[in-house]
Amino acid sequence: MDPTNTMPLPNDIPLPMPLDQVLGEALLVLSFLAHILFINLMIGGSVLTLACEIAGRKRPDLDKLAHEITKTVTVNKSIGVVLGVGPLLTINVLYTTYFYSANALTGKVWIMIVPLVSIAFLLTYAHKYTWEKLAPFKGLHIALGAMGTLLFLLVPFIFLTNVNLMLFPDKWLEVKGFLSALVLPNVLPRYAHFVLACVAVTGLFLAIYFTRAGYPVEQVFPTLTRAGLRRGFYGVTFGTTLMQFVVGPLVLFTLPPRGTTWHMVGIFVIGAGLAITATVLLWHEVVASDQRIGWRFAPIVALLTCTVLCMGYGRHLYREGAISEHRELVQQKTVEYARLAAAAQRRAELGIDLAPAVGSLGQRVFQSVCAACHQEESVLVGPSLAEIREIYAGNPDGIVEWTRAPGRKRPEYPQMPAFRLPQARLEAVADYILNPSSDEPTTVPSTQPATQPATTQP
Amino acid sequence: MDFPIFHLDFFGNRTLIGVIAIVHVYINHALAVGAAPLILAMEWWGWRRKDPEWDRLAYRVLFVCFIVTTTVGALTGVGIWLSASLVNPAAIGSLIRVFFWAWFFEWGVFVTEIILILAYFLTWKRWTGWRKPLHIALGAALSIMSWLTMAVIVAILGFMMDSGVWPETRNFFHGVFNPIYLPQLLFRTPYAMMSAGLLTLLLTYFLTKRRSELRARAIRFVSLWTLAWTPVCAIGAAWYWRVIPDHMLANIPVSLATQALEGWYLTLAWIIAGSGAVILLVMFWGAAAPRRMPRAALLVPYALSICQLGYFERVREFIRKPVVIEDYMYSNGIRVADLPLLKEQGLLAHATYVPVRAITDQNRLVAGREVFKISCTRCHTSGGINAVTDKLRGLYGPSPWDHDVLISYLATMHNTRPYMPPFPGNDEEAGALADYLMSLSEFPMPLEGAQTGGVQIPARRAEKGAEMISGAGP
Repeated sequence: MDPTNTMPLPNDIPLPMPLDQVLGEALLVLSFLAHILFINLMIGGSVLTLACEIAGRKRPDLDKLAHEITKTVTVNKSIGVVLGVGPLLTINVLYTTYFYSANALTGKVWIMIVPLVSIAFLLTYAHKYTWEKLAPFKGLHIALGAMGTLLFLLVPFIFLTNVNLMLFPDKWLEVKGFLSALVLPNVLPRYAHFVLACVAVTGLFLAIYFTRAGYPVEQVFPTLTRAGLRRGFYGVTFGTTLMQFVVGPLVLFTLPPRGTTWHMVGIFVIGAGLAITATVLLWHEVVASDQRIGWRFAPIVALLTCTVLCMGYGRHLYREGAISEHRELVQQKTVEYARLAAAAQRRAELGIDLAPAVGSLGQRVFQSVCAACHQEESVLVGPSLAEIREIYAGNPDGIVEWTRAPGRKRPEYPQMPAFRLPQARLEAVADYILNPSSDEPTTVPSTQPATQPATTQP
Repeated sequence: MDFPIFHLDFFGNRTLIGVIAIVHVYINHALAVGAAPLILAMEWWGWRRKDPEWDRLAYRVLFVCFIVTTTVGALTGVGIWLSASLVNPAAIGSLIRVFFWAWFFEWGVFVTEIILILAYFLTWKRWTGWRKPLHIALGAALSIMSWLTMAVIVAILGFMMDSGVWPETRNFFHGVFNPIYLPQLLFRTPYAMMSAGLLTLLLTYFLTKRRSELRARAIRFVSLWTLAWTPVCAIGAAWYWRVIPDHMLANIPVSLATQALEGWYLTLAWIIAGSGAVILLVMFWGAAAPRRMPRAALLVPYALSICQLGYFERVREFIRKPVVIEDYMYSNGIRVADLPLLKEQGLLAHATYVPVRAITDQNRLVAGREVFKISCTRCHTSGGINAVTDKLRGLYGPSPWDHDVLISYLATMHNTRPYMPPFPGNDEEAGALADYLMSLSEFPMPLEGAQTGGVQIPARRAEKGAEMISGAGP
């Protein structure tokens, strides 16, 4: 037990895991990285589109470049969203307690992901498809794009807040709504790290995308050269990656200590080391001659891919480190709870078997189904038994028919619902109503199951 | 019981899922599953007839579907997941343990579908001439993938209504091939095709010129398409109707008309059938005399069909009550197997996020409120949509209500209202809940969910008390 009692200890879902834990974790890390790659390209692309379109007010070719970049955004966004299903599913199943608890605690803003991202996507489409039409109103057109970019830059806060909060069950007792969870360490440094990564990855992508063999650079951009484009985008990646060397350590040092292990730090350091090498190569690219620029692309991508794998794995180690103790306690509690529930189930079955049925069938059915609305003397919800006896004297079939398909004779009473019980039971109830005997007590049924007949469904 | 309780006290939690899910169903039936084969048929027809104007119309229909499905369609799909996990994490958490691989497979199908629709859309104008047949093949692959996404999820929906032999065997394939699965699929597939036809009819209003030959031909084409699928839909609907469990059929009147208007449900059923007849009439008209069709007739069928579909989804979700997973979990997230323990020892003893474990005279209302939050708020609010006070007023008139009458109602409400789950607490908690309900009716007080109010756990000494209770028993 947690000696300070500062952490909630819920039960887990008592069903077996559908996949091996290690397989699940590998699936989570890899599918998440695939998803985040395309999200990087979506957000980075949106930012670079905006930057180029603003700069394009002076240089038309940059405006053209912006238009071309946004065409990649609309494709990458769809791939990014659909790839998100895999990690969402896997994190739901591996970390059910943690993920869903964090979601509930930030639920109002969490669910805003749906309208906010929908609107961001629609704005991006509108921005793309009105490029020529709104050319005379460039300011308005840029504003349209900027709104989409702004939404893309806001939504990551929602995700980062959740995946951070999920790791700290003690914080679940302290947060009240999204904003209090947003300011928990270390969401804000992670956000900076993420946005810089978006732009860096996109720069690298566009460096090759626009200068690949099949792309007609000269036709599309009269004043831009292949080398110039490469240099420009490499420069974007180089600059943002340099900034990562400040933000990255900031993220590491602001991590709440619970999940930190030397193993994890080592993985991050290796990743950073690979990134340093990649950055050196990037610098060589940026200052390379027009003829030579681009040949280091493959090693740069390879190195940064390894960096990303290290970061993804290291992050996973942190997650496991942060929650594994708590999860152990949750598992123990879940097993214990299941044992208690099973024992209570056995006691209840025994109770029903041993307890004699009190009263006739008709009386028992009446008490469990009809007594909520019909009493002996006065009106409770519907007419009293005394009245019913008068109306249906000598006509038990009438009661049965009415119960199956009640009409509406008294507008001042609520509508009686239909009760499609078996014929035998309805006849027993009719008989009970029409032929009361004085030795049958009418008791208020308790909620305990022991002496109830097993009538959960008619 | 085991998660912080997200709660919307005005709109109700069902509204959140309902709005997102129904929007998604509108989009995925008419603009994805149904649209892909319809657009494919149009493209193929235009190619056979060597008709570039017709081909352009098909492309523009695709454009509309593409924009809507890759924005609102995709996000409402994720939104169903997010909202259902917020409102009933116990249910979704359980379903993904059973159906993880089904959903994983569905993910693969989704990825393929997205890549195909991107390719189909982006290559339409470029793959002309000798590459047109290739493009048409792409459309065929997309149609199959789209349908496959429906085929997988319907298995899970069917399972929730009737899990067949799965509770005994716990076998994955027994869960997938539950009794509801194939009938529901045989209903939804043609329904999606028909909705796409009706949507495209509506789109001709915007995409073709008034009184043009193109419009007339488009109207005839989609009318014939919709009519062709109608008999399959009728057969599927009849089979689906037959496999719905009897006790769920009994819930249909209330689900169609609400409790207050339950007696009118037959009238409503006739109105719904009537609207179907109107749609069919317009389809016959469109097939036989498209040139004489007024513009209103282009808009009405789709409008009627979305009313029908929204209603159908509401009915389908409601009649499953009081369970969210048949034979396993009630709609309020309480497991069937846990009920004996909770009725014996109370749910406050075993819930995670409650401020009190034992009920005293000082904390009766707080305890009652917590019992309400756990047992009732998945479907009810304290004073908003489907407010519990409205329900009680409907039965027992204005407050003050009789305390004993309330308690006896709590004990039997799962019998008097078959869509209600049994009360999952002990007698003391029923009393506290009755007190809370009575105080609610005199002093309405909105109930805060965890998303704004946070959560509490009991103080240390209360935990020790709970340990002593839960350790008891033979």
